[in-house]
Amino acid sequence: MIIQGLTFYLFAAIAVAAAVMVVSSRNPVHSVLFLILTFFTTAGLFVLIGAEFLAMVLVVVYVGAVAVLFMFVVMMLDINFVEMREGFLQYMPVGVLVGIILLVELLMVLGTATMSPDVLAAGTEPIPDLLHRQNTAALGDVIYTKYIYLFQAAGMILLIAMIGAIVLTLRQRPGVRKQNIAKQLARRREDSVELKKVQPGQGI
Amino acid sequence: MAELWSIYLLPGIIILAQILLIIVPLLLSVAMLTYFERKIMAAMQLRMGPNVVGPFGLLQAFADGAKLFFKETVLPTSANKIIFLIAPMLTFVLSLVAWAVIPFDDGMVVSDINVGILYLFAISSLGVYGIVMAGWASNSKYPFLSALRSAAQMVSYEVSIGFVIITVLLCVGSLNVSDVVRAQAEGMWFFIPLFPMFIIFFISALAETNRHPFDLPEAEAELVAGYQVEYSSMTFALFFLGEYANMILMSGLTTILFLGGWLPPFDIAPFNWIPGPIWFFLKIAVLLFVFVWVRATLPRYRYDQLMRLGWKVFLPFSLFWVVLTAGVLVAFDLVPQT
Repeated sequence: MIIQGLTFYLFAAIAVAAAVMVVSSRNPVHSVLFLILTFFTTAGLFVLIGAEFLAMVLVVVYVGAVAVLFMFVVMMLDINFVEMREGFLQYMPVGVLVGIILLVELLMVLGTATMSPDVLAAGTEPIPDLLHRQNTAALGDVIYTKYIYLFQAAGMILLIAMIGAIVLTLRQRPGVRKQNIAKQLARRREDSVELKKVQPGQGI
Repeated sequence: MAELWSIYLLPGIIILAQILLIIVPLLLSVAMLTYFERKIMAAMQLRMGPNVVGPFGLLQAFADGAKLFFKETVLPTSANKIIFLIAPMLTFVLSLVAWAVIPFDDGMVVSDINVGILYLFAISSLGVYGIVMAGWASNSKYPFLSALRSAAQMVSYEVSIGFVIITVLLCVGSLNVSDVVRAQAEGMWFFIPLFPMFIIFFISALAETNRHPFDLPEAEAELVAGYQVEYSSMTFALFFLGEYANMILMSGLTTILFLGGWLPPFDIAPFNWIPGPIWFFLKIAVLLFVFVWVRATLPRYRYDQLMRLGWKVFLPFSLFWVVLTAGVLVAFDLVPQT
């Protein structure tokens, strides 16, 4: 158990330190890299508590997909560090205000929230026992039976959000010549080449 | 003291030995793979290939390795030093850690975890970071363009790889890598019922490892060598080793998912005398030959064609095939029970 304990403290310390570095590092690309490190160590913590499916999904979804796109955008930013530091004092009051409002809201939610007694009861004894059912299958049991409508609704909302994002950013540019592969493949020799019999010395 | 030995030290030593038993042959295979790639391509182009160092040029890869080892590591002054050095290490490490869950025979695996397939998928999706970090940290134009290309390309093809893996998992009913092969022992190898997915997976594997005809991140004609431009000596060698180890890994994954892993083609007398790891190795070797064959044969894709293939051809088709497989499994009551 000592090794598990040490690993936990190692991962936890790295996760917290990396999370601090995300907000405190000057360079946005470093921030994204620290964010990835935070995700990764959090996945390690998930493995330690036996939630290996969540750990892998965290790595696949957040590190493998979301953070790559983040990085893609942040890398292309043209950053002027001097300008960034100049704006710091100007924007600080607004930032502090927003931070305080968020903190108060969080405290209000956490302080007054009550959980349904069924959920609390279920939480004390994970059903079925981890020895008998892998947690991938156990998650599937719950999501696709008890919460199937909520799960499907969440999927629908994400789909609509995706279509919305595409509609908002789609830009139809007239006059751009695009490759039309179907048209290219449908082209026949008879349509484009015509053989003419040319008499010598006369031309067409 | 005896407890310390039996609980921590002994298992630690065993795990270390297992790791060495995988990594040393793997690195040797990488060295041999570069030699065979050059030899095969030479044969296809009616050349001799390496034939000077050692018998038949067999030691060429080691000579190249020694040469790179003794060269100077150049650190560009405007590069972001730490990330510049981390990037090749990351690429190399990621290409090695995935082998922890690859079964070479029934039970012959370092870590037999329940979510092995997801682990492999997660590790292969991390591979893009090595290239992106290298491209950005080099602070130079060609590596940067290459990093952008690579990020878009690998994310695109990961989506269809994900759907292919889901299709296989539907037929297996478990995320354990060994269970995937065991399911093929009971039925048939998955490349027969899922043939289109086999093809899609292999082509996506080419794109995921940045191999020809999808080697746009290092396209030498337009980007010099892409993200590798600023790298020299061992930092370059680590990228090189990582890329080839990834090729072997993707071939191994294709073998496990579609070609029955360690299983012999027919479970009858002369075939099942040969031990499983040798079958596994042979199948990987055949797929690696296809990797090289494709490189020697096909021209490079244009970038918009690459994106079109990924998003407009593979993605809808693999999505359709997931639904079809699920439908067939439910309709004929073939869903594997867990």
